[in-house]
Amino acid sequence: MRDVAVIGIGCTQFGERWNTSFRELFVEAGTLAIEDAGIDGESIDALYVGNMSAGRFVEQEHIGALIADYAGLTRAGHTPATRVEAACASGGLAFRQAVLAVASGMEDIVVAAGVEKMTDAGDSTDVLAAAADREWEGFAGATFPGLYAMIATDYMHRYSLTREQLAMVAVKNHYHGSMNPIAQFQNEITIDTVLRSTLVADPLRLFDCSPVSDGSAAVVVAPLEIAREFTDAPVTVIGTAQASDTIALHDRRDISTLDASVAAGNRVFERAGVGRKDVDLIEVHDCFTIAEICAVEDLGFVKKGEAGMLYEEGQTYIGGNLPVNTSGGLKACGHPVGATGLKQVWEVVTQLRGEAGKRQVDGAEIGMTQNVGGSGATVVCHLFRRE
Amino acid sequence: MVGIITYGAYIPRFRVKVEEIARVWGANPAEISGGLGVFEKSVPDLDENTATIAVEAARSALARRMINPDDIGAVYVGSESHPYAVKPTAVTVGEAIGATPVMTAADYEFACKAGTAAIQTCMGLVGSGMIRYGLAIGADIAQGAPGDALEYTAAAGGAAFLIGNDDPIAEINATHSYTSDTPDFWRREGQAYPRHGGRFSGDPGYFNHVLSASRLLFDREGTAPADYDYAVFHQPNAKFPTRAAQILGFTREQYLPGLVVPTVGNTYSGASPVGLAATLDSAEPGDRIFVCSYGSGSGSDAFDITVTDAITSAIDRSQAPTVAELQKNLRYLDYALYARHKGKIVMQE
Amino acid sequence: MTVARFWRKIPQRYNLIGTKCENCGTVFFPPRSLCPDCRRDGRVVDYNCSGRGKVVTYTVIRTASDQFSNLTPYVLAIIELEEGCRLTSQVICDPSDITFGMPVKSVFRVIAEDGPSGIIHYGTKFVPA
Repeated sequence: MRDVAVIGIGCTQFGERWNTSFRELFVEAGTLAIEDAGIDGESIDALYVGNMSAGRFVEQEHIGALIADYAGLTRAGHTPATRVEAACASGGLAFRQAVLAVASGMEDIVVAAGVEKMTDAGDSTDVLAAAADREWEGFAGATFPGLYAMIATDYMHRYSLTREQLAMVAVKNHYHGSMNPIAQFQNEITIDTVLRSTLVADPLRLFDCSPVSDGSAAVVVAPLEIAREFTDAPVTVIGTAQASDTIALHDRRDISTLDASVAAGNRVFERAGVGRKDVDLIEVHDCFTIAEICAVEDLGFVKKGEAGMLYEEGQTYIGGNLPVNTSGGLKACGHPVGATGLKQVWEVVTQLRGEAGKRQVDGAEIGMTQNVGGSGATVVCHLFRRE
Repeated sequence: MVGIITYGAYIPRFRVKVEEIARVWGANPAEISGGLGVFEKSVPDLDENTATIAVEAARSALARRMINPDDIGAVYVGSESHPYAVKPTAVTVGEAIGATPVMTAADYEFACKAGTAAIQTCMGLVGSGMIRYGLAIGADIAQGAPGDALEYTAAAGGAAFLIGNDDPIAEINATHSYTSDTPDFWRREGQAYPRHGGRFSGDPGYFNHVLSASRLLFDREGTAPADYDYAVFHQPNAKFPTRAAQILGFTREQYLPGLVVPTVGNTYSGASPVGLAATLDSAEPGDRIFVCSYGSGSGSDAFDITVTDAITSAIDRSQAPTVAELQKNLRYLDYALYARHKGKIVMQE
Repeated sequence: MTVARFWRKIPQRYNLIGTKCENCGTVFFPPRSLCPDCRRDGRVVDYNCSGRGKVVTYTVIRTASDQFSNLTPYVLAIIELEEGCRLTSQVICDPSDITFGMPVKSVFRVIAEDGPSGIIHYGTKFVPA
């Protein structure tokens, strides 16, 4: 197995992109990534595209072919293109497939991308419910926020997390987002903003929830041994891991622990040969504020039930002991479902290259991403190190 | 002897007061309540319909007595508000009580007497030996047009009776019916609300048929009101059954236990069935019950019933809510919420 | 939900007929045709659940998908049945009355309708016991 490095990254503006179509979003991100890598389309050996639900959002399937076509890769090269789906972890999983393809020696230059065009659909609540168990959760009246709200209710009943501490997650992410030019929301908010916003599914309010967004992100990976032909700042993927859990929340061993997160987290650290204390920043899946609280604990950075204090103390801000979601997270940066996993990679690589500007984590050397599908049924983790 | 093996009732827990409806239409609530003898009526929850009411009543019946659902050979549901015009409520009930697939079923319509017609059918099937048990249900979510007199009383509820002849809790000694083509109240296919003939619904409608059927039974069976402990009449309001009872010669003590309309409203096909269920809730072995239903269009089914020892020895009435218990833990709605619950105002797509 | 997909699980939805692995004794509702612990060593048969259970966690849904928007706000909960299995369902009660561990029992209600001319989907919800 070869070492894999990231040689190029690109990310579109996230938000309500009324004037941009699904395929145009991808072309935007893809172009940025290959320009950053300094490669030509002809050198791309394979393409992996993460997308959750183009079938429902834009009535389009066969995404691999569509993207390869509009990226101009089908003419001469007939580049193989694969659509990867794991609900909200589609992007992270597409990145993992690209890493595995290069690590195995099968392919050399591979592009992993994610794209979602959510604003073209009317009822996105129903589309997103497909990330859960349609037959036995969705059809019972569960919504995606409702499932995480039940996690929050359980968590707050058993551990000491205040409603204010939970809101701090969103406040921090908006603060970080205000320094991220591609973030959907660049406004700072207060705890009060969160607590006064409309209830969506008790106890979660509007500002506890990530928004509906359009966007795309793309990353180019190559074997580390040739990375320096393309970039002065290769970032190595030192660990890739994935884990599954029951699709329905009611079948989980413990409602407020994402066991797939625990498993993927342990696996990725084991493979990378580094410890939690070595990590300088993490991009985790804050589809809802409670998800970030659980992520920080389930990945092993703090004991179960104690994340609240970390937020109370401001340790998860840039400059703190454990910067979390310097991109603004899903909450402020936006959550075009299939793109999020790649945006997380884009952020970590940007940080490790020292190119994060106002939101730079000083001396960042090792970064981590965690991308979650559904209410925790799929988790994909990666660890990165600046070379 | 063919009779009732077990029974159950169901009334939704929401209510709207007559005075609240009167307030909206600018009527005098005291006059309305005084005229009708009705003070509030039951309203279904947003996710209830006639089928769910029928199922709950049927399940209550089966909770009171150990019956193998495979022995239920027929299910008939009578209603004016079947959820489908084509696809019977009876099959949903059959499925929900585990009686399918070896059974026959159909839905009945005969305005407010469709439930008692179902009882008569089951009596025939059981008595002829064609089936062991038959389930007869009268259930409705009655609709009254906004601002119409019927709106004050159109309610929701139902009752289920398992008919059989091995160890009934109440023997049905006889049933006699009186039927004619009388246009006192009707609803055309596709129309949301019924229409009625105003005062014509009284004498040529209700009273003609109820009094005729009752006297027919007394005549044929050689009985008189004094022979009965209880009398249950169809109750579109409190005035009609009270007047019918008095004309026939029944006393207040006899008809009050079965008079639920003052606090529940008129549950149409559920009306006399629920009245009978309320009577059975407190009846004792040996009690004799007279029942006369009425369905507009028109017809009345009269029954002569004797309660047996089995009502205390073979069933456990405490295993399901009595009609009195169904009138506790209520939630009162204002007219706007009532209208939302009844689908009179609907959220746009 | 399509006609066939709904119809296929009517006994399960109406009567809480789950499955049980006779090898390890675990009861599954929602039903599973393969026991996740025993897998090929399992012997899975139908099993009638009692409908009695308790609330494990809950929320109040205030924004629902179009299919359920006529019911909001409603209580959604994870309920643990007597048999040990857990399911997701609505609890019919005032949102301010729902509590941890609340004993509940099953009732028969309309779950959804496929529009004004489509099939009515019936199923099981819960009320405080």
